[in-house]
Amino acid sequence: MSKTLVYIEHTNGNLKRSSIELLQAAAKSGGSVAALVFGSQAAEAVTSAAHHGASEVHLVKDASLDSYNPEAFTANICAVVEKVQPSILLSSASSTARDLFPRVAARLNVGIASDCTELNISGDTVTAVKPMYSGKCFATANFQNSSVKIVLMRANQLPVGAADTSKTAQTVEHTVQKPDLKTLIKEVVKGASEKLDLTEANVIVSGGRGLKEANGFTMLHELADVLGATVGASRAVVDAGWVGHGMQVGQTGKTVAPSLYIAVGISGAIQHLAGMSGSKVIVAINNDPNAPIFQKATYGIVGDAFEIIPKLTEEFKKSLQH
Amino acid sequence: MKIFVCIKQVPDTETKIKIASDQAGIDTTGVKWVMNPYDEYAVEEAIKMRDANAGSQVWVLSVGPKARIVESLRTALAMGADEAIAINADGLDNFSTAKALAEVIKTEGGANVVFTGKLAIDDNASSVSQMVAEFLNTPHTTVVSKFSFNGENVVVERDIEGGAKEVVQMMTPAVVAANKGLNMPRYASLPGIMKAKKKTIKDIEFSSLNIPATDLKIKYSNFTLPAEKPAVKMLSGDASQQAASLVTLLRDEAKVL
Repeated sequence: MSKTLVYIEHTNGNLKRSSIELLQAAAKSGGSVAALVFGSQAAEAVTSAAHHGASEVHLVKDASLDSYNPEAFTANICAVVEKVQPSILLSSASSTARDLFPRVAARLNVGIASDCTELNISGDTVTAVKPMYSGKCFATANFQNSSVKIVLMRANQLPVGAADTSKTAQTVEHTVQKPDLKTLIKEVVKGASEKLDLTEANVIVSGGRGLKEANGFTMLHELADVLGATVGASRAVVDAGWVGHGMQVGQTGKTVAPSLYIAVGISGAIQHLAGMSGSKVIVAINNDPNAPIFQKATYGIVGDAFEIIPKLTEEFKKSLQH
Repeated sequence: MKIFVCIKQVPDTETKIKIASDQAGIDTTGVKWVMNPYDEYAVEEAIKMRDANAGSQVWVLSVGPKARIVESLRTALAMGADEAIAINADGLDNFSTAKALAEVIKTEGGANVVFTGKLAIDDNASSVSQMVAEFLNTPHTTVVSKFSFNGENVVVERDIEGGAKEVVQMMTPAVVAANKGLNMPRYASLPGIMKAKKKTIKDIEFSSLNIPATDLKIKYSNFTLPAEKPAVKMLSGDASQQAASLVTLLRDEAKVL
């Protein structure tokens, strides 16, 4: 039987949706499920991890783990893994996890499959499917020579069911590791957005050159607010300085996979498609009926974005009130 | 100072991907290979660091089939790198690639700073940089959009979620993985290209590094093309009608609202 350890990402105890996805997927596979929780404000995260399928919660309750430091996190994850000896270690492919787990894999002398979109656990075997070459094809990652198999899953790939609040878990507290750090996080400069990161967003509204100028993004933000969406952008408008690089979707920006991607005034250069073609439903709004984006879209509207977006915002408002 | 840059060759984004008949990879016939776009930022930053620190050298490394990877190594030399090493290998995973890079950096006398791209656009794994750092026992920072060196420590800005940034200080030696925005990679000048042609690229056989077979951790199989998407549904009418039918379709047909 497999033993899966799920690395929990939380904000003051609130689990990220991606962590819930992994707990529930691991629980469904039939093996035993343990959760790994870091931080001094983690009491709620421990309870929620149990509600979503963990029968054991491993907790390193220390303020030194409240914010990310690659060396501190690597040392603490490896210490817990050595005690718990899971056969599978899961995390979402968040920007923190993508920085952290390759280092963990190297220290544990095991393999890692990153940026995966499908997870198959059967006994002690785990395989994961991931997009390759910017989603132009898919491949299955098979592990070998790895006592622990580390899989990082993209967010929003797995279904999430209701929590079972009757469930409890055995909590195991671990002593914090405090290695000598060669890395010092001096400061965190907050971004403009309090919204979900593009890589985790379930709905994205993205704008391109068709918006004519930086101000064109104002109406996209209004639409995004109604939908609870995160706003993205094409490379062209990032390079033109209309919005920051943190908002860029595509090859030299972020790879996203939301349930709904609305591309407004984006022609659909191959570099952009590379970053968003994994989206479940794609809406393209463009005044050029020959724009390549329509070939990837589920629904297409040929027309003037400045006319359609305000109307769309109104329609969504009405629809979501009911 | 010795500055290393690890680069990878990847299929150009415009290249059509075909699957090999055994599904164990892609059919590389006719594929146009280019330097991974993020690695260009790494090469540029290494050259800038060398030019700001007298007596420094930039060494570029790549792992892969030699006949192919020399092309990107020549590009890096033409941009201004001093030395290049091709580690001839095929069929490695991220783990064994990182082992090979770390091993060669060690035997070539070690690095003060190692630059890489933040990820390679072929497997989008963002793994090798951190693994190299672990094998060299140095700190690392990925997704770096600003870099400075004060003679002892490096201070970098790392792009994190929601457009936020971390300011990170690392003791050297350190590994820095470059994001877009770090700099504007220079084009190779004609004299640079001529000079690069005359330089010798050092060859190292992967097999000579004595990296055990057990360092191969991931094997890919079942390469498949994505399922065909159904044709796009174009919505007709004026703007109001288009907006109304889109919301209805998203709610009732696609069920994403």
